[in-house]
Amino acid sequence: MTASASPSPSPVLEVRNLTVSLPTGADRTNAVEKVSFTVNRGEIVCLVGESGSGKSVIAFTVMGLLAKALKATSGEILLEGENVLAADEARLRELRCTRMSMIFQEPMTALNPVMTCGEQIDEVLETHTKLDAGQRKVKILSILERVKLPDPERIYASYPHQLSGGQRQRIMIAMALVLDPVLLIADEPTTALDVTTQAEILKLIAELQESQGTGVLFITHDFGVVAEIAHRVAVLRWGELVEMGPTEQILSRPQQGYTRMLISSVPSIHPQHRGTRKDGITVLRTEKLGKIYTGHGLFQKARVVKAATDVDLDIRRGETLGIVGESGSGKSTVARCIARLIDPSEGKVFLGDTEIATMPAGKLRPHRRRVQIVFQDPYRSMNPRITVGDFIIEGPMNFGLKREEALARARKLMETVRLDPNALDRYPHQFSGGQRQRICIARALAMEPELLIADEAVSALDVSVQKQVLELLDEIRQRLNLAVLFITHDLRVAAQICDYVAVMSRGRVVEYGPAEQIFGSPRDDYTKALFAAAPGRHWEFGKFATA
Amino acid sequence: MSAILDEQVVDSAAIASASAKRKSLWALAIRNPGVIIGGVILLAMVVIAVLAPFLGTIDPTRIDPAARNKKPGTEITHRLDDGTSLKRVAIMGTDSLGRDVYSRVVYGTRVSLIIGVAVAIIAVAAGLVVGLISGYIRWLDGIIMRIMDGLMAIPGILLAIALVSIWRAGLVTVIFAIVVPDVPRVVRLVRSVVLTVREEPYVEGAISVGTPTWTLMFRHILPNTVAPLIVQGTFIAAAAIIAEAILSFLGIGIPPEIPSWGNIMAEGRTLFRVFPHNILYPGIFLALTVLAINIMGDGLRDTLDPKMSKKV
Repeated sequence: MTASASPSPSPVLEVRNLTVSLPTGADRTNAVEKVSFTVNRGEIVCLVGESGSGKSVIAFTVMGLLAKALKATSGEILLEGENVLAADEARLRELRCTRMSMIFQEPMTALNPVMTCGEQIDEVLETHTKLDAGQRKVKILSILERVKLPDPERIYASYPHQLSGGQRQRIMIAMALVLDPVLLIADEPTTALDVTTQAEILKLIAELQESQGTGVLFITHDFGVVAEIAHRVAVLRWGELVEMGPTEQILSRPQQGYTRMLISSVPSIHPQHRGTRKDGITVLRTEKLGKIYTGHGLFQKARVVKAATDVDLDIRRGETLGIVGESGSGKSTVARCIARLIDPSEGKVFLGDTEIATMPAGKLRPHRRRVQIVFQDPYRSMNPRITVGDFIIEGPMNFGLKREEALARARKLMETVRLDPNALDRYPHQFSGGQRQRICIARALAMEPELLIADEAVSALDVSVQKQVLELLDEIRQRLNLAVLFITHDLRVAAQICDYVAVMSRGRVVEYGPAEQIFGSPRDDYTKALFAAAPGRHWEFGKFATA
Repeated sequence: MSAILDEQVVDSAAIASASAKRKSLWALAIRNPGVIIGGVILLAMVVIAVLAPFLGTIDPTRIDPAARNKKPGTEITHRLDDGTSLKRVAIMGTDSLGRDVYSRVVYGTRVSLIIGVAVAIIAVAAGLVVGLISGYIRWLDGIIMRIMDGLMAIPGILLAIALVSIWRAGLVTVIFAIVVPDVPRVVRLVRSVVLTVREEPYVEGAISVGTPTWTLMFRHILPNTVAPLIVQGTFIAAAAIIAEAILSFLGIGIPPEIPSWGNIMAEGRTLFRVFPHNILYPGIFLALTVLAINIMGDGLRDTLDPKMSKKV
């Protein structure tokens, strides 16, 4: 815990021995335990940790926004020397925005949908300054310009829903910085954003803190982001500070085992050499696959959205095809069309030699077995009222397998996904996210599918769990010679697991080829932009210098 | 497979212990004070209804011209059919036909509870079926919901008046008249649950493993509607009891000779200023019952509906 090489000696924020207790009945007694760190003027300090590590609790404690059930039981938080924990509500309200500000993960819910963006920033100024309406407007327009929003006058009069996610986050930043606070707390501010937008927001935060000399406490779970912007890093686990130091030192010479494990779990952005194409049998082929949504109300004009257009893909046995793209690019639409969870509007889907895109629902049922899908959210993928055993055997029993045989198969599959076969009579809530995702994989495998679709299957998992599930998926693919369609927005994950990659943008496949080729020398402009935006792309995680 | 197993056995240790079994909702519900208080009062009402003949009552339809309009607490000598006479205190007085108000109120509990329970069960059952179909079969949704909108536009009391004038007044007519406007509310509730749940990945997952539509509905979708329906059912029951009382009071509900709280109050209306007991006692029973059901319904909603439960 050697915090050295700080750019400036005067700390803006000093957290000393902070302990925050959890209500009785929680999984541990303290959400945060004896955590100490400082944020200096003009410095970005990243708090990194997996879910439940207490990083957001720290941020909320500093802001005085802690939920009532949680209590800071000991320690102090000094904001420019003033103890925030001792401040009363009125003083805290004064401090917020003027001395410290916070931006949140989801800019849509953090903004009031019935006020224009200008009014919302104006509210801050009206509360905390004595400026008149004209002066306030000038100040707001100048801050909108500073966060690089185009056409500040128009943005001023816009409602949040009229702006994109990135623009909304800029509004949040503008609101946070309009009174030049000395401390900015950013709680996962880019997690809900696409990678290209994320890159812009990160750049903006870095620029603003540099020109203002603001201290930034940046909370993230993403080591790519850490490598991109942090001056110093604090690693948290179970509410305790594991390690703290300059970014370079933590990333390349971590002292603690946990830090090493965490960092080496980050997938490399350079794809491994996976050999030349095996001449396997083609399991799936799509031809000019497309999906058009037409929204129509009783008295409205039909609205047409082309979610996917002219998608040509093929996957052979034992291969993993990745579809990467930003949100709204149509990658999930393609996956759902292939699984026939939605009906394609045009084109063909060949499963082996059978065309299933236009097959009526009645005839489709025998083919359902052949394509199985694992979803993103492990908490919503399982019916909470059904035991894990019943969950896994539901499919095989639909296809006529007897209960005992199906259960025997389920036990074997639990072993395959490295879970205790005796846990079949447990309910989903007794398992962690990663365990649930394995159960979902077991359930998909129980159908003995030819094609396994993983729709953002590891996106909701912590990086260390993500690594395990990725390894498991790859292992199963090899052993069962399975074709895998892997949908992800995360380039690192795609690089790790895919043989082939299709990059999608606005419903179209813009580039398609072997992973090595796409990652090594992308040709399409969009692909290039996408890769350039990947945070921490210059950093090879897990290659530690010998300490 | 063995190779995999050798390398790393199962992280069974990390699986939460079996003791972490989900607490059943009922176990939670019966600890809620609202559910307890409301439940106890309701239970008392049920006991009163069931044991009505043994609670010191006489025939509630028995007219005694000699004992008309007696105030509560008056001692009355009834001349029975077999010639003997029976002396008893009319603790709630008698009405203008000399009927014993206490006996009528006690027997009236039966009518009210039957109406409340019957309306709730029928409305929920009908609404559940229609709501499931409407929520799951998309092309039928528009048609069904417009019909439901139409039903909701009919005022319940007017419908009852119309029905009573077509058919004869009676329990079935009253139940039917109260059920009809309640069905669309249940349909909307069920439909909204179905529409949310059908988008859940676990429902899509079930589709992709070839689960037939009916199994899908009953196994994966229907259970989600149970909790909100129980809550809605209690409120429907409370409203139905009041609706019955209103209809009877207006003289278009249960025939006047059958004792129901509404009928008793209707009968006492003309002499209300002089003999308020005719309205007071059935009124107390009615208010108490409806209050009990509503308190219980609120308690059930707090425990059964996750959206209403307080956050930590």
